[in-house]
Amino acid sequence: MNFSRRSIILSGITVAAAGTLPGLAYAAAGTPKRLVFVIQRGAADGLAIVAPTGDPAFADARRAMADETAGGDRLDAMFTLHPAMATIANLYTGKQAHFAHAVATGYRDRSHFDGQNMLEGGGSRPYGRDDGWVGRLLTLLPAAERDAIAIAPAVPLALRGSVQVGTYAPSRLPQADADLIVRLTALYQNDPLLHPLWDSAIRTQELAGDIGGNNGRNGAELGRLAASLMLPADGARIMMVETGGWDTHSGQRGRLAAQLRGLDQLIGALQTGLGAAWNDTLVIVATEFGRTVEVNGTGGTDHGTASTAMLLGGGLNEGGKVSADWPGLGSAARYEGRDLKPTRGLESVIAGAVAHHYALDPAYLMKRLYPDI
Amino acid sequence: MLSRYIAWNRFGLGRRFDEAATDDPKAWVTRQLGDYDPAPAALAGLAGRTAIAAAYAEYREDRQAMRREANAVAAMSDDETTMPEDVRRMSRAGFRRHYAEAAGARLAAAVATTAPFPERLVHFWTNHFAVSADKQAVIGFAGNYENEAIRPHIMGKFSDLLVAAVHHPAMLLYLDQAQSIGPDSPFATRVRNRGNRQAPGLNENLAREIMELHTLGVRAGYTQTDVTSFAKALTGLTVAGLGRGAGQRAMPADAQPGETLFAEQLHQPGAQTILGSRYDQPGERQAEAVLRDLAVHPATARHIATKLARHFTGDEPPAALIDRLASDFEKTGGDLPSLYRTLVASPEPWAAGPAMFKSPWDWTISMLRALRTPALGERQNISAMFVQLGQPVWRPGSPKGYDDMVATWAGSAALMQRVELASRIAGRIGDRADARQLAPLILADALTAETAQAIARADSPGQGLAMLFASPAFLRR
Repeated sequence: MNFSRRSIILSGITVAAAGTLPGLAYAAAGTPKRLVFVIQRGAADGLAIVAPTGDPAFADARRAMADETAGGDRLDAMFTLHPAMATIANLYTGKQAHFAHAVATGYRDRSHFDGQNMLEGGGSRPYGRDDGWVGRLLTLLPAAERDAIAIAPAVPLALRGSVQVGTYAPSRLPQADADLIVRLTALYQNDPLLHPLWDSAIRTQELAGDIGGNNGRNGAELGRLAASLMLPADGARIMMVETGGWDTHSGQRGRLAAQLRGLDQLIGALQTGLGAAWNDTLVIVATEFGRTVEVNGTGGTDHGTASTAMLLGGGLNEGGKVSADWPGLGSAARYEGRDLKPTRGLESVIAGAVAHHYALDPAYLMKRLYPDI
Repeated sequence: MLSRYIAWNRFGLGRRFDEAATDDPKAWVTRQLGDYDPAPAALAGLAGRTAIAAAYAEYREDRQAMRREANAVAAMSDDETTMPEDVRRMSRAGFRRHYAEAAGARLAAAVATTAPFPERLVHFWTNHFAVSADKQAVIGFAGNYENEAIRPHIMGKFSDLLVAAVHHPAMLLYLDQAQSIGPDSPFATRVRNRGNRQAPGLNENLAREIMELHTLGVRAGYTQTDVTSFAKALTGLTVAGLGRGAGQRAMPADAQPGETLFAEQLHQPGAQTILGSRYDQPGERQAEAVLRDLAVHPATARHIATKLARHFTGDEPPAALIDRLASDFEKTGGDLPSLYRTLVASPEPWAAGPAMFKSPWDWTISMLRALRTPALGERQNISAMFVQLGQPVWRPGSPKGYDDMVATWAGSAALMQRVELASRIAGRIGDRADARQLAPLILADALTAETAQAIARADSPGQGLAMLFASPAFLRR
């Protein structure tokens, strides 16, 4: 992907009177904190990203795909990290990565649209809020740490709120992402006109739109871009990065590996690009829900419930750890007999990590970020 | 019930998000013929001919001044590439701005209209009487041509539409009529008498294209003699201040630059015989009499009937529909509303299924109409967007206009361009539109289970929207 220079477009409403809080001190005033929220749109399969290889029911449920994480780092007695994530494995070793497993928002149906709305809005029901949890966080931060930007054509719901937020999109017309192309291929399959046209179009198209494309190098580009927007003294302090392509209903093995390679390079480029500032950076990687415990008939997994969230950065509370109140994968232990059962709210995981990062009171922050929960 | 999808897409420009549902698609289409507004609000405030002409004249003067200052080689060249790029851009900016503003207004009018069937007919007729903005003199005038020559006449007689199109400066400049001079006109005679060997003369371009493209149709039985005689009858018709060639000196002193006028000094005297009829009217009435005869010729009736039928049924329009339309045209002397009513009342355009591939213009307009939120940024370069999609606004590249066939628009790179634009627009809209609810509203009876399911399974609201806009039924009409 070729990111050319383009002015940052500020949108949204003007800064409201800062809702700062008397009596709350900032531990690191003067050493600006940075926060990056990477959203995985499409329901990333937490059971393949941080695989519970130590669960006795795992191998049976995943059948031929049980070895998806073969060769990956053993994180502890229960979990193995997907091998496509070498950088993140190193972060884990250096206590700069934490995985929260069996987590989910309060959403229990299986629609991407609704699930993402809940993850970003942080409400108690889909479309319950028109501002997002990051947007609400901004009102709690001192002015110097409140510059937020999304690498997206429009402000995503998570960043919406009373504080003005920027967006940055590459000036070149972005190519349709690989996942959309796969879906359209299926949609055009029986169309005598569109099928051959589309076939020829994708043969000549060099895919470069998503993080997994171009052997992960697209992810690295995105990470470099994010770092370049955050590194300057007057740069962004809060960033949201969009990633798509996680909806692996078929051919999961190769597709997920490519996605994770892209994500790993994204994180690596971000860490490298931020240099010393990485130590004051928290990266949250989260998805709207997880995928089924069982593999389906097309080498993939279907929409599920709980998944894994990643916390990355130089100042984690519990780096080098997988936290989980593990529910088990036996069919009786599953949510509705099919999904990994959520045993912890993703909202509290996020609020806890953010509270630690900004040295705020966790219970207080939970109320401010997620007032409906 | 007749297809609402066909009413909205084949006859209209795609359902607007706020459009009420209809139980009677045929009545919905027909009613719009009475609701037609030839001067929609979106077009108010566009520059008039005088300002457009002034911008073009200024460009030409700048260019000449720069040529004089440039070196001898550049001065010899007729090619503007000898100018520095920035100077060229700057001097062209004036009349290009008129083009860009008019194209943006055209888009806004098409998105806003509550009478999309007549709006589609405006686009149809502009393309039938095509001018092309790849000729510099035409660039600034193209929008004015549609708004002042086409729009006011699509609900009248075909003959009046023809006369208006032929008399607009854009057409006169585009097809070289502005510099055509009768070989025996007073002006040419004076030049010859001064001993000038290169006496000015005829340009047959407009005469030929009127017969071949606008009226009778190619190989409709006219001869080269007919073309030459018609070209002679047309002489005198020109554009003040902008035409090239010696004829400009024959303009009346009070001529307003950019206005069409008839200069008797340039007109070929005497009667002309065209298609067996003798025309001995004086001055500009001669050409107008020819135009009005051509407009009601049976070959014209068939030519127009065929193009209209193709636009509303597909590549191979049914013979029965062509016959019915041609007969209506002949019976009414080319009454256009009668023709439209016959079309809507016919069964053939309502035949099931999406048959035609939307042009890039139709497709883009239908996307924008479907969305409550403006899908394009305020600084979006409309002209560049349609260049990228393969259908530059008012620039079909030839007087024939854009072809109206599936193969014209259904190409693999073009399809990818659409998917990318759909993806970009969907990215801007994000979760502010729900494709699951939108799909049954705008595709109505043409929404297939496959498309509905594909949208429902999309991994984000934006992806769902992109899939709706790239779906087989949405790509067609």
